[in-house]
Amino acid sequence: MPNMQPQKHPMPVQPPEKRIANFEEVALGYSRQTAQEEALRCLGCRHQPCVSGCPVQVHIPDFIRQLAAGDPEGAYQTIAQTNALPAVCGRVCPQENQCEKNCVRGIRGEPVAIGRLERYAADVHNAAEKGASSPAAANGHKVAIVGSGPSGLACAGDLARKGYAVTIFEALHRAGGVLVYGIPEFRLPKAIVRREIDALEAMGVEIRTNVVIGRTITVDELFTEYGYEAVFIGSGAGLPRFMGIPGETLKGVYSANEFLTRINLMRAAEENSDTPVQHGHRVAVVGGGNVAMDAARCARRLGAEVTVVYRRTRDELPARLEEVEHAMEEGIAFRFLTNPVAVLGNDQGWVQGIRCLKMELGEPDASGRRRPVEIPGSEHELEMDAVIMALGTSPNPLIRDTTDGLETQRWGGIMVEEDTGKTTREMVYAGGDAVTGAATVILAMGAGKKAAAAIDQAIMGCAEKGE
Amino acid sequence: MNRIVEKAVLNFTVTRMVVHAPLVARKAEPGQFIILRVDENGERIPLTVADYDRQAGTVTIIFQIVGATTAKLNRLNVGDEICDFVGPLGRPTETAGYRKVAVVGGGVGCAIAYPVAKKLHQQGCKVHSIIGFRTRELVILEAAFAAVSDWLCCMSDDGSFGRKGLVTDALRELLEAGEKYDAVITIGPLPMMKYVCLLTKGYHIKTVASMNPIMIDGTGMCGCCRLTVGGKVRFACVDGPDFDGHEIDFDEAIARASSYRDFERQARETVCNLLKEVR
Repeated sequence: MPNMQPQKHPMPVQPPEKRIANFEEVALGYSRQTAQEEALRCLGCRHQPCVSGCPVQVHIPDFIRQLAAGDPEGAYQTIAQTNALPAVCGRVCPQENQCEKNCVRGIRGEPVAIGRLERYAADVHNAAEKGASSPAAANGHKVAIVGSGPSGLACAGDLARKGYAVTIFEALHRAGGVLVYGIPEFRLPKAIVRREIDALEAMGVEIRTNVVIGRTITVDELFTEYGYEAVFIGSGAGLPRFMGIPGETLKGVYSANEFLTRINLMRAAEENSDTPVQHGHRVAVVGGGNVAMDAARCARRLGAEVTVVYRRTRDELPARLEEVEHAMEEGIAFRFLTNPVAVLGNDQGWVQGIRCLKMELGEPDASGRRRPVEIPGSEHELEMDAVIMALGTSPNPLIRDTTDGLETQRWGGIMVEEDTGKTTREMVYAGGDAVTGAATVILAMGAGKKAAAAIDQAIMGCAEKGE
Repeated sequence: MNRIVEKAVLNFTVTRMVVHAPLVARKAEPGQFIILRVDENGERIPLTVADYDRQAGTVTIIFQIVGATTAKLNRLNVGDEICDFVGPLGRPTETAGYRKVAVVGGGVGCAIAYPVAKKLHQQGCKVHSIIGFRTRELVILEAAFAAVSDWLCCMSDDGSFGRKGLVTDALRELLEAGEKYDAVITIGPLPMMKYVCLLTKGYHIKTVASMNPIMIDGTGMCGCCRLTVGGKVRFACVDGPDFDGHEIDFDEAIARASSYRDFERQARETVCNLLKEVR
């Protein structure tokens, strides 16, 4: 009999007053019993609406049935058939817009906590795992992957399993892409990312950090000098946007990327790190996505009073629901329908406030969301000593600027065939944010897997013809 | 990886290191930079490529000891390895097509100006070099500049080396005497570059300034190195580091460069105190 309790089992968390003083993970994970009881809430619908909401079609009712039967390892294996990073996705996927959105239990009450169950299965697997998997039999073919974020890791994993010699080139000194420089420890512990990368290395994937493709080595040279037969570009969308308002180059104005990179990648909040980070007293974060929530919550943990400034309302916030709730619990203030028009500075060139306008929602725009419209005469000033711009990012231009014949959209995204990730350059594939602009971990991962399948087909096709 | 193969003290605040980094050496061009991290807890700092040897696979860096990281770097010796060393980053300085160029370097900026002068010289361009220092003890690369310049003028603030005065004094004399240049390339402290650019603007001479703002990743990701050029926000790491000197908002760049000055001073004192204890 299914468990007909209308609400999800709550996720145990660190209490807000405690967690704002540390960077440790906020959500602590289900216990075995809670996971089993939550799993019993699943009705096992035959038409599986949840699966169609998942970008990589995880066999959700199957893995939940295994959890309900007390078989978390079996559940993990089911998830891992289609998802390369279960422990990561269980934590950072926007489930409310994907699988859980379609859950029949959500019609009357809350949907099944699919994300939390995925995380539980992955964590049990990771805690129990003994020997790492060993490399598959080599098939004699070489593939290069540019970028070690979610799309690159997923692509590398699938190709390595098929016996390809895979090398991932990473520009930074640590592998993981946005999982290490962007998403904070309290939302995604770095040990989890490290484990995924260690597992890839155990499978024979080579990771070369400190190599900037486009500068240190070009895409052309990967073919001509290094003998790779295919290249997958998963270089992400790293270029931060600014508002273009006066005062944005004052000291104390940061892109969210800069602020988060200092804290996450460079561990600037730790005693023994040489990298500095400003500990603001009053910090404004402009934007309403996950990155804005991450930046706000990091600033809070550094001791600041934080205000999120967003030009639409709470209903339009693009961030995951859980992140917004956690941010609010942590005492972060939200000013909705508010848009900065200038950053104000003191005579030393440091930020001392922002000038804002009140907004109201007008007609829907191209994105389907109601367009915010300025209210005349609503100008007001807020005192701040730091401002973090979390307005989204664009694809990095380095590779498109240095690779002939690689066509991109006007806004910079690499043009690909949707089903294969094939670009306009022979044997060059791309996926993730480099193609779509800033999106989600799971979409990037799905694109990496699709490209891996297409690369395999192309190389094997060539090999057959050649023989 | 990244083994130091040569180390020389150029003066009491400036050190030259030759680092084995074959991938970087293969591609490096004058005007480009590298990012390094001294050790696992280190910050990422950009340093401009001062020279390279493609055959030997080495890259030369010249740095002034200004903060905790450069003090740490200076503690390393021949045979030691630098934890991370990535590049070459940024766009190379444009040198093609020039027939006569004035290269104006100041202080440790001369280390960056030198490879540019050398490349211009190798391409058959006439090079007039003006190098300036506060005082004789801080002079670097005088002989190196002499070897690649058709004319060299040395300046010092106190007159202890070359002529007394600023690099802009020497450049003004040349321009007033009717010297014509296809371009002026200037690399040095921000105020110096600002005044070089103000001077050449009056003569309508194309002027390129090499900017070295605070950076983290160096690949366009953090936006920390942004500056205003011609009214637009540009990133020094991917759009530069060279920009049209007549378009750069130098006052803003000067303000931004001081963002971590207090932190730096404190951090350097900590490192210095640690070193004292070790001794």
